Amino acid sequence: MSELVSYDEAVAAFEPVLGLEVHTELNTKTKMFCGCQNSFGGEPNTHTCPVCLGLPGSLPSVNAKAIESAIRIGLALNCSIASWCRFARKNYFYPDMAKDYQISQYDEPLCFDGYLDVEVDGETYRVPIERAHMEEDAGKLTHVGGSGRIQGADYSLVDYNRAGTPLIEIVTKPVRGVGAKAPQVAKAYVAALRDILRSLGVSDVRMEQASLRCDANVSLMPWGSDELGTRTETKNVNSLRTVEAALTYEIRRQGAVLLSGGKVKQETRHWNENGYTLPGRSKEEAEDYRYFPEPDLVPVAPSREWVDQLRASLPEPPAQRRARLQGEWGLTDLEMRDILGADALELIAATVEAGAAPQAARKWWLGELNRLAKEADVELDAVGMSPVQVAELQALVDAGTLTDKLARQVIEGVVAGEGTPAEVVEKRGLKVVGGSALDDAVAAALEANPSAVESIKAGRQQAIGALIGAVMKSMKGQADAGQVRQLIMEKLG
Amino acid sequence: MALSTDEVARLAALARVDLSPEELAKLAPQLDVILDAVARVSEIAGDDIKPSSHAFEITNVFRPDEVRPSISQEAALSGAPAEEDGKFRVPRILEED
Repeated sequence: MSELVSYDEAVAAFEPVLGLEVHTELNTKTKMFCGCQNSFGGEPNTHTCPVCLGLPGSLPSVNAKAIESAIRIGLALNCSIASWCRFARKNYFYPDMAKDYQISQYDEPLCFDGYLDVEVDGETYRVPIERAHMEEDAGKLTHVGGSGRIQGADYSLVDYNRAGTPLIEIVTKPVRGVGAKAPQVAKAYVAALRDILRSLGVSDVRMEQASLRCDANVSLMPWGSDELGTRTETKNVNSLRTVEAALTYEIRRQGAVLLSGGKVKQETRHWNENGYTLPGRSKEEAEDYRYFPEPDLVPVAPSREWVDQLRASLPEPPAQRRARLQGEWGLTDLEMRDILGADALELIAATVEAGAAPQAARKWWLGELNRLAKEADVELDAVGMSPVQVAELQALVDAGTLTDKLARQVIEGVVAGEGTPAEVVEKRGLKVVGGSALDDAVAAALEANPSAVESIKAGRQQAIGALIGAVMKSMKGQADAGQVRQLIMEKLG
Repeated sequence: MALSTDEVARLAALARVDLSPEELAKLAPQLDVILDAVARVSEIAGDDIKPSSHAFEITNVFRPDEVRPSISQEAALSGAPAEEDGKFRVPRILEED
């Protein structure tokens, strides 16, 4: 680990400049250049063919849906769409790519010159986008022996199921003028990008499954300077929180290097889950991918009509959708900010869609579920309860089957994998009990606490608390306190 | 064009071809001949000839997004020099650092 200065010290002396490269896997049915099924996982090497195995004589053919998705992404990111562009070969030797080259795009990206506006603490920042281009994903390597890392492994195993998965790489221009907010802007950008990709329905955008990946570049330059500093690129950034954490760390580390009079080394670094970045392997030679136009594919030239048609069919942009939902749900700016901060908007929207009232949906996602997600250190949408299940839970509360207190126990059960809310209620026996059992409990409590009864009769209403407490205790919490109060008052009335 | 042996050595390294100094010296002039021939094409091509990367001026050759059968794991691995757990087994990629 390197020396660090405090974040405040680093950004007092230097202006951070960001550069973000995001790769997203498209969720087309088939791969980019062959008809093999495009899906996560599966038995190794069962979704392959001569094309994605790079066997001699095989020829790629372009997936029309992938081109369509790429254009839609470009349009949603306010990009221009090339009227004519080509694929290019990126040559490198690495066992994750059987052909010894990756089909990508070089100086003729399909989408270019766009931007994405993101919001941090109520302020809007415009992130300029240089390009969004098409390429194919590589296979998956497993390193065997040594410490399981690539360095010092005895050998490696390759599964080519993922090889040839359509990928879109979205690259920003240098992002300047965000100052100390740089890590937050980066996180908000990746989150906004994810929301857009999700709203377009073009990708599963699961960072933990690597269908959305981010390489985070940052450099520091003295305030007022116009000359960009030397940047580092941090790879392996696989969650929104990591984007922010890795950049914060790099700014502190680079700040320490520069403030002590040193020079930042241009290098690729890797984020370590323990909270720091480490240099990747240093390359002895500058990379030389010898890009050239892919001779096996003809150019892509989307017609104006096609692009206009795709533009017209774009879904409501997420920022607009947020404003609309806030109005529909009657939430304050502050409430909305909490929802966005917890990354709960789409979860709440889906819960409302499934029939719950907005305030109730918001309460569960920001309350109990958010707490459990933090406890388990996972993103909220991976907490283990679906929006439909939350709506189901709220329906049980609305029907009087559950109190809020019991509902929290049901949430715990669902998250622990015990089944649907109804199943957890059944298994744990959590139903609110009413009827004769409750009447009996109330009668027993009144009989056991004559002094409290006397006090209430004498007009000291606060004594009812002891009686309600006694009833709830004998009912093991499975009663509605309001209903208990009412029953007691009726009996004493 | 006069390609130097250093340049040929670099190309050989990029292509992972192990060449002796004698082979480098022999190949440099041969590659020169090829480069000269290609250079002559661009001399002949006037401004009225557009650069092209493909023999035909066609665009937008696409395939519908429909799954076709893949080959079996056994067939996929049939050409592999080594395999393990249904995966291709490849030699160590990087030495210990």
